[in-house]
Amino acid sequence: MSNHVRPAAATSPVLAVRGLTKRYPGVLALDGMDLEVRPREVVGLIGENGAGKSTLLKSLVGLAQPDSGSIVVRGEEVRLRGVAHAASVGIGMVFQEQSLVPNITVAENILLGAEGSGVRGGLFRWRRMAELAQVQLDKIGSTVSARARTDSLTFAQRQMVEVAKVLALEERTAHEPVVLLDEPTSVLEREEVETLFAQVRRLRERASVVFVSHRLDEVLEISDRVYVLRNGRVVAEVDPAEVDATDLHHLLIGRESTGSHYHDDAQQQPAADVRLSVRDLQTAGCTQASFEIRAGEVLGVAGVQGSGREELCRALFGAVPGARGEVLLDGKPLRLDSPRAAVLAGVGYVPSERRTEGVVSSMSVTENMSMAHVGTVCRGPVIDGRRERALVDTWVRRLGIRTPSGDTAIGTLSGGNQQKVVLARWMVSEQLRLLILDHPTRGLDVGAKSEVYELIRELAGSGCAVLLLSDTLEEALAMSHRVLVMKDGRITACLDAPRGGKPDPVAIMEAMV
Amino acid sequence: MAGDTAPHAPTRTLEPAPLAGAPAPGAGGGNGDAPAATSGRARATRSADVVQTRASLIALAVLVVVFAAISPQFRTAGNLQQIIDAAAVLAVLATGITFVLMLGAIDLSLPGVIGACAMTVSLLVANSRNTQDLGLLGIALTILLGAAFGLLSGVLSTRLRIPTFMTTLGMSAIGLGIATILFAGVRPVVLDESLGAWASHRIAGFTVMSLIAVAAVALGWAIQRWTRIGRYAAAIGGAEDIVLLSGVPVARYKTLAFGVAGAFYGLGAVMLTARLGSGVVEAGAGTDFAAITAAVIGGTLLSGGRGGVLQSMIGVLALTVLANGLILTGVSPYVQQAVQGVIVVLAVAVATWPVRRRLGVVK
Repeated sequence: MSNHVRPAAATSPVLAVRGLTKRYPGVLALDGMDLEVRPREVVGLIGENGAGKSTLLKSLVGLAQPDSGSIVVRGEEVRLRGVAHAASVGIGMVFQEQSLVPNITVAENILLGAEGSGVRGGLFRWRRMAELAQVQLDKIGSTVSARARTDSLTFAQRQMVEVAKVLALEERTAHEPVVLLDEPTSVLEREEVETLFAQVRRLRERASVVFVSHRLDEVLEISDRVYVLRNGRVVAEVDPAEVDATDLHHLLIGRESTGSHYHDDAQQQPAADVRLSVRDLQTAGCTQASFEIRAGEVLGVAGVQGSGREELCRALFGAVPGARGEVLLDGKPLRLDSPRAAVLAGVGYVPSERRTEGVVSSMSVTENMSMAHVGTVCRGPVIDGRRERALVDTWVRRLGIRTPSGDTAIGTLSGGNQQKVVLARWMVSEQLRLLILDHPTRGLDVGAKSEVYELIRELAGSGCAVLLLSDTLEEALAMSHRVLVMKDGRITACLDAPRGGKPDPVAIMEAMV
Repeated sequence: MAGDTAPHAPTRTLEPAPLAGAPAPGAGGGNGDAPAATSGRARATRSADVVQTRASLIALAVLVVVFAAISPQFRTAGNLQQIIDAAAVLAVLATGITFVLMLGAIDLSLPGVIGACAMTVSLLVANSRNTQDLGLLGIALTILLGAAFGLLSGVLSTRLRIPTFMTTLGMSAIGLGIATILFAGVRPVVLDESLGAWASHRIAGFTVMSLIAVAAVALGWAIQRWTRIGRYAAAIGGAEDIVLLSGVPVARYKTLAFGVAGAFYGLGAVMLTARLGSGVVEAGAGTDFAAITAAVIGGTLLSGGRGGVLQSMIGVLALTVLANGLILTGVSPYVQQAVQGVIVVLAVAVATWPVRRRLGVVK
């Protein structure tokens, strides 16, 4: 391993980031980030979830406003106000979730908002539009027709169109643009990745490229320089010729002690009986998943974005249409066709998007908590207010939820307290047999995280099976009895993680990427 | 009309894949991340587009065949003229509302806007109430008034961020209020002969009004095909956030789309006044429902981005044939309205069927 730094290049950077800092509630997403992009080079960015990659990219196209630090474009400090503004200084991004309008033509998408001579006197000149778009498509050697409707293209083709759209910036800025590629390979087949790489190399003849990917081998293959990010900072700048994937794994994980943060002592031996048995679960993005969880066991699922672990969890909760497979809960078949069926069978789900899927923010703490099992506080068809309040009071006290009262709108509570209400929603049910936690600590501060961990321990201790998707590998390892590793929609490994004998994160990282 | 499903119809063909041998991601399993889901949805939308247009045409054909089999009167050339003439006003209104629906917005302002415009035109051309005789200029001013109503709806929706459902409903009430004030208790009878001739004079068997309607629909199609208003409306309906991120002044183009729609309502009001022979406050009653129904049956999705002026015309013809056929087969006009209601719900169900599982939460 070598934290090799090249001698200062003769050319000045096209884009430089100096001490960029961005704080979100409870999270320091960027913590004095420093990096630079030189003309006609491919810069690779790697880092675990939460390392600050996406916040950095958002800042570079004006979608996030940094709290401090500066972004310098060709020697001039800029305050980017939005994507259009970033485009005007020559920074364009190919978004991971694609940013093309599906129901219009390729040419319209490439030129959207900057049709130039494609529109004369308010009227579209379709032939001219196609010609102008073709110029951009030719730059990357794409054979996509400019007149094709965008939604008739394959994903890989649309990605090329996005690159062409970003290249159209050249016409406006008279400078070579900086193209940010956010996880461009995450949904491509191997041959398509080759094509993309050929085009990235071609792109390097006329632009600077920032390449972000979870796949280390790809980053090493395509980049001229690689920055390793961790906790919102650049921890290393490496020359891909001089490092291998294992070096990068070490850099990515770092060496931090876990401490009592995870309540390690509370990890108990799970019971012997199998709670959930999954055989050949098949759903979009996840194939042939087979595994078991025992009562009182926490099963962590590790994997990068696109590994299929989110799909797996949602499928078990019946939230993905078309999921198939033999799933037994305490020996009885579990229907996968609706969340309702899952809830009735004793399965709970804490979604990762707390604000949009976890809580109804305009409703009270009480309503949010009793939502899934409102039947238990009903007298006939009517909700028994007194019984509901009593139940909620009990749980507010038990979980130490800091709220002025049960009638407070949940949206006004802190993230950690909101999450505790969501957990309580499932814990109130005596029939809870399996709880699926999809990034339960996302966006929480350290203290709140620790409290959530304690609750998970307690839940497992009471015999509930827990399926845990974590933000970080460290969390998955510390909290779980066993860890499943997923990659490209398949389970690639399953490791025991008993108390005091946690596996080496580097081994898992290798199975992940 | 049949084959031309959209302005980009000739480009609809799938280009040969540039990535030799590369299977489509998302379809071939692999790692279905969010973007793959997007691609799957896009594909479903597109095929749904074609399926929907085809379904609308088949529905129209079925109606024609069924009524032609039952009613000998239905099969006459005279009845074809009748249907075209009867469809004229609805065709113009549906053309207008298509621009709004393409945005993913809704427009309920038709009854009020049409009422106000109907009263206005009847008082601006030669009439029994006052001494105005502006003729064509009066008609042009009425169309501008319609456009102004539309622009106002658009401005209120985009600047004050009020849902279009609410602004246009309010606009309808305002329009009806203005119409009632203009009415002032005495119905103005239209004395302008050229306007009267819209409904009575025939060229090659069709009323002048029908020919004007055809020209208006063609103009609407051209606006949709060749102008920023039309193209951006489709793009905004397809993915508003992306259009906004591309630096397009979305609010402005939404407002303009409402303005275009309003102008068509103004023209529709003039046509209705010519047909009725006098200014009537309630001239537009029920037109909101009819126009939306026609557009939806034709395949213009209420969530925006899909359909178009020509598709809406399939819906207009289907509705008109239905009404005409129900009359000729002796069904009571009261029952007809209920039938129309059933048809629109069915049409929406059919239109959203292919994407039904993906719609998620429906409000």
